[in-house]
Amino acid sequence: MQARVTRRAALGAGAAALIAPALAAPALAQGRPARIGLILPMTGPFASTGRQVEAAVRLYLRQRGESFGGRRLEILLRDDTGTAPEVTRRLAQELVVRDKVQALAGFGLTPLAFAAAPVATEAKLPMVVMAAATSAIVQRSPFILRTSFTLPQVTAPIAEWALRERVQTAATLVADYAPGLDAERVFKARFTGGGGRVPLELRTPLRNPDYAPFLQRVRDAKPEALFIFVPSGEGAAVMKQFAERGLAEAGVRLIGTGDVVDDDLLNDMGRPALGAVTSHHYSAAHDSPENKAYVQGFIAANPGMRPNFMSVGGWDGMQLIAEALQATGGGEGEALLAAMKGRSWTSPRGPITIDAETRDIVQDVYIRRVEERDGQLWNIEFDRLPAMRDPGT
Amino acid sequence: MRPALEAGFWLLALSGFWLMPEQLPLLGQAAIAALFVLSLDLLVGYAGVLTLGHAAFFGLGAYGAGLLAQQGWGEPLSGLLAAALLAGLLGLLTAPLVLRGGDLPALMVTLGLSLMLGEAANKLPGLTGGADGLLGVEIWPVLGLFRFDLHGRTAFLYALAVLFLLFLLARRITASPFGLALRGIRGNARRMPALGTPVRRRLVAAYALSAAYAGIAGALLAQTTQFVSLDALSFQRSAEGLLMLVLGGLGALYGAMLGAIVFTLAHHLLSEMSPLFWQFWIGLALVGLALAGRGGLLGLGAALLGRRA
Repeated sequence: MQARVTRRAALGAGAAALIAPALAAPALAQGRPARIGLILPMTGPFASTGRQVEAAVRLYLRQRGESFGGRRLEILLRDDTGTAPEVTRRLAQELVVRDKVQALAGFGLTPLAFAAAPVATEAKLPMVVMAAATSAIVQRSPFILRTSFTLPQVTAPIAEWALRERVQTAATLVADYAPGLDAERVFKARFTGGGGRVPLELRTPLRNPDYAPFLQRVRDAKPEALFIFVPSGEGAAVMKQFAERGLAEAGVRLIGTGDVVDDDLLNDMGRPALGAVTSHHYSAAHDSPENKAYVQGFIAANPGMRPNFMSVGGWDGMQLIAEALQATGGGEGEALLAAMKGRSWTSPRGPITIDAETRDIVQDVYIRRVEERDGQLWNIEFDRLPAMRDPGT
Repeated sequence: MRPALEAGFWLLALSGFWLMPEQLPLLGQAAIAALFVLSLDLLVGYAGVLTLGHAAFFGLGAYGAGLLAQQGWGEPLSGLLAAALLAGLLGLLTAPLVLRGGDLPALMVTLGLSLMLGEAANKLPGLTGGADGLLGVEIWPVLGLFRFDLHGRTAFLYALAVLFLLFLLARRITASPFGLALRGIRGNARRMPALGTPVRRRLVAAYALSAAYAGIAGALLAQTTQFVSLDALSFQRSAEGLLMLVLGGLGALYGAMLGAIVFTLAHHLLSEMSPLFWQFWIGLALVGLALAGRGGLLGLGAALLGRRA
């Protein structure tokens, strides 16, 4: 009984004192550091994405300096483990409320970006998506901008290339989540629309997939080509099974989006990868002075790593933030967002634009083939589709 | 536990509102974790039924409350109730399967059921959003007064209040003849029938109760984050729940809550200090604690207090 009285009294006292903590008044922006909350999967199954993006972000600050528009850029890195959207959301809330960041950035996977979107809307802060690639992400908040790519954007070109090559039947194999379904739908629509046939559509689980049985089914169906999309980091496992099941010997050509021949893992895939034709927005072998400097700097700063398409999303995300800060003289919130819209520059991947209307990326998409140069495997670009937009869902 | 300590515990929890005003989303999630571990404690600690699949109920509650809100009924309290009923019903239905064999079969069955539910949610993107998660969850203000805000104030107080009320209920239950019977069953299930206890019925009831608690915890998470993902049903959640329970102290309500809160805060602190290697430090701390104290944090605390007294 005594316990109850104590508690009730205590609660009463507590309730009486229940006053919301005061909101910090917005101070003058100029001169204070501009903080960027970078939320990435640094551990767990998608850690490679996080490491690539973070490396590019750090490289950007080292090569281009840390001050833009009179404000020093400060990066607050947070790990959301890649599989827990409620953690992503909480981290975003904390970065906004406690750390008072000027922008949120990162976002390795689609559900993580979805979970954080309402925070950006409510806080009225730009949210720069550097990795996640489902079409619909930019529609989740008017504050979202994307510097990575969308799956439909890089899928449509390979379907059309296959048609030009007179491939008549193609099976599809995609990871069973939104980007994979995007890729499957767009490939099928484009390919069958151009007269091709898709005899077999396979979906592999996102977590702990075993590709062997799927590829065996492809071998049994004997299509002329196999279109593959798997998340960054899974390419090596697919490639190994592709070789072991003897699909190349059976006359099946490997095509896909560039995710499956991820530059960072390509060398470890070895000979089975040779000749794979993919379409993507970035290859570490892209021939331009901007890219040479980028790849050189990246490899020097991160021995044992090669920059992949995830890293370039991080690099351009920083470019977007830096340019907007410069243009607004250290502006914040909606002013910063407005300065980000419609911006164009030459990225290591080639010329890109952040569309002013959709806030999504417009970029060149390349058709590449895996070839050996100086004892290493590279995705060598041989065709280009200029200024591709997201073809939409 | 001594009354002063008890009051201290809840006052400390509430004081987080003023002491850490910028960390309220974290504290809110700690309170939700505490409720989840409390539900595990009712089952594992009191009734002695082992489970590796408690996330099934957590996830069902989360999806239940999330879907209800998505379909246009965003009233939070009735959402909690619906989640509790849904999860409790699943508990009632699956209890006979789980309680058929001994400990190891129970582990297998619970794990299997939660994996099945997880895969079902993954394969029903039309309903659950699949791997993208459930979008468009809009929750109305609590009691029509308190809107869920960006600072997480409402979310924290709401979660803490629900935790407090359900804790009081759990304390009542564990102190009742029903709770006593559960402890007896854990001690020696063969002899309990001799005392006139219907062992099976008591265990089924405990299982359903624990499931309902977990469902409410899941609903709280769905409502406070306004998002549900497959992660709510994951094996990781079940395993982490057990970890927190053992960390805090099995078979004691305060131990369960303490374990959840300490684990959540340590997890957060370490991952912020070292985004790349925090899992190593968590592991080290857990091994250290397991060696230092029997009966988890609560056991350690009791030992220290006892020595002083």
